[in-house]
Amino acid sequence: MTISEKEQAIIGEFSLFEDWMDKYTYLIELGKDLPLIDEKYKTNQYLISGCQSRVWLHAELVDGKMVLTADSDAVITKGIVSVLIKAWSGQKPADILNASTDFLDKIGLAEHLSPTRANGLLSMIKQIKLYAKAFQIKQDQ
Amino acid sequence: MAFNINTIRDDFPVLNQQVNNQSLVYFDNAATTQKPVQVIQRISDYYLHENSNVHRGVHHLSQMATEAYEKARQSVAAFIHAAEPDEIIFTRGTTESINLLSRALVPWIESNDEILVSAMEHHSNLVPWQQLCAERHARLKIVPLNEDGSLDLNFLEKMLNPQVKLLALTHISNVLGTVNPVAEIVKLAHDKGVPVLLDGAQGIAHSHVDVSALNVDFYAFSGHKVYAPMGIGVLYGRKTWLKRLPPYQFGGEMIDQVTFEKTTFNQLPYKYEAGTPNVSGALGLETALQYLSRIGLDEIFKHEDKLLQSATEKLEQIDGMRIIGRAKQKAAVLSFIVNGIHPYDLGTLLDQMGIAVRTGHHCAQPLIDQLGIPGTVRASFGLYSTLQEVDAFVEAVKKAVKMLRG
Repeated sequence: MTISEKEQAIIGEFSLFEDWMDKYTYLIELGKDLPLIDEKYKTNQYLISGCQSRVWLHAELVDGKMVLTADSDAVITKGIVSVLIKAWSGQKPADILNASTDFLDKIGLAEHLSPTRANGLLSMIKQIKLYAKAFQIKQDQ
Repeated sequence: MAFNINTIRDDFPVLNQQVNNQSLVYFDNAATTQKPVQVIQRISDYYLHENSNVHRGVHHLSQMATEAYEKARQSVAAFIHAAEPDEIIFTRGTTESINLLSRALVPWIESNDEILVSAMEHHSNLVPWQQLCAERHARLKIVPLNEDGSLDLNFLEKMLNPQVKLLALTHISNVLGTVNPVAEIVKLAHDKGVPVLLDGAQGIAHSHVDVSALNVDFYAFSGHKVYAPMGIGVLYGRKTWLKRLPPYQFGGEMIDQVTFEKTTFNQLPYKYEAGTPNVSGALGLETALQYLSRIGLDEIFKHEDKLLQSATEKLEQIDGMRIIGRAKQKAAVLSFIVNGIHPYDLGTLLDQMGIAVRTGHHCAQPLIDQLGIPGTVRASFGLYSTLQEVDAFVEAVKKAVKMLRG
């Protein structure tokens, strides 16, 4: 599945919920499926800055595809990270670099994208793209 | 004018809106307050009919603007019972006031001197002093707190030694809600020859401020925390101090004679008001303080106390609830955390229910770190907050906790 197809699937899933409570309950559920970061990477080096909660993110290249793992101590944050990883993990670095975050808007998580100081989501997206760039450069060498 | 919550709320149209299809419950007043139409009208009227630059003009409008601006200064002086208007410096806010003082005190602080701040300080009353100490090779010492979030007065007394050049303390904590016994503390400090700066950002809105009775050396506050616009604040300083301290910013207004070689400075308060002032802000501040005085500060504080009590009692019914800050004297600020639940999660869900609270470290990272928690959820009340809102807020917290406990 391409990123685009995955994003469409996610938008589809969320569109089933009209009520904010159901949407957030689903988001929290998704968080439980988050591919967990290895304990050994839960250090300051892998901490995403700009979050009110703590978020750790790790990326590695496996067969030319970028595999993302993460964790957070806030369950909604975990859910949001899970959504992002569901859409973008296991894809080629070049595809991740080109991916946009419009789909987060479409599932109604726009308020989490505002450039406030407490916004880790933007930092996380930036970090994922930095990883993708680094892996892409490495691949091209 | 008696305290009528409905007529008061009518003065604040911004409160009458829906957020995520729910009625807005604005409980983030410690971050900033809403402005009554009277304040908004005053600012509007100024720009519609009165605007002109102040202090330098010979023409009618500039004289009117100058008079209005200086009258606002007098009003602020009267409100906080300062001895004279010259002791009121208009700034951009509490943070600028404290930075101004920290720069002016540079020659006053020498190597091995000490500056005391408390463990509950907001970054704005911590970082300037920390940096000043680093610059002057002085030592920053932290006055510890008791378990309940009140200041450890015994320890403070021991810390007041001849090396201490300043005690910088918050009047009311924006995290814990602790009301410090400032009259007692100023006396304690003065007995040991230590001057005191009080950070009154919360204090100005939730207690009677009488700088003469307190005998405090400096008092700083922001307009936007007391129903006045953003971009205006005050540094009160006793004249004997302000006269001998050097200026902070240089340029227009604060000068007397200027040549290319040298400059002499203006007298107080203009010495500390470089550049064109925020005239409309000052007028807005005056109007806000007058608005409060008309309603009656005692009435307002009584009302806020009821809100705080009701909210605290009701929240405490929730399993796993931890109220952060349990000093005997508290004002209008209620921080809490629920076991096993991250404050960010709680705040996000509350927002979905139209409840505006703040989560995180509230610009007091050292305090939050010391408490060993990731942050708090903070509800802070204003004069227009209602008991019904408190009930809605508590129900929302219960609902959110249920969702997050899954």
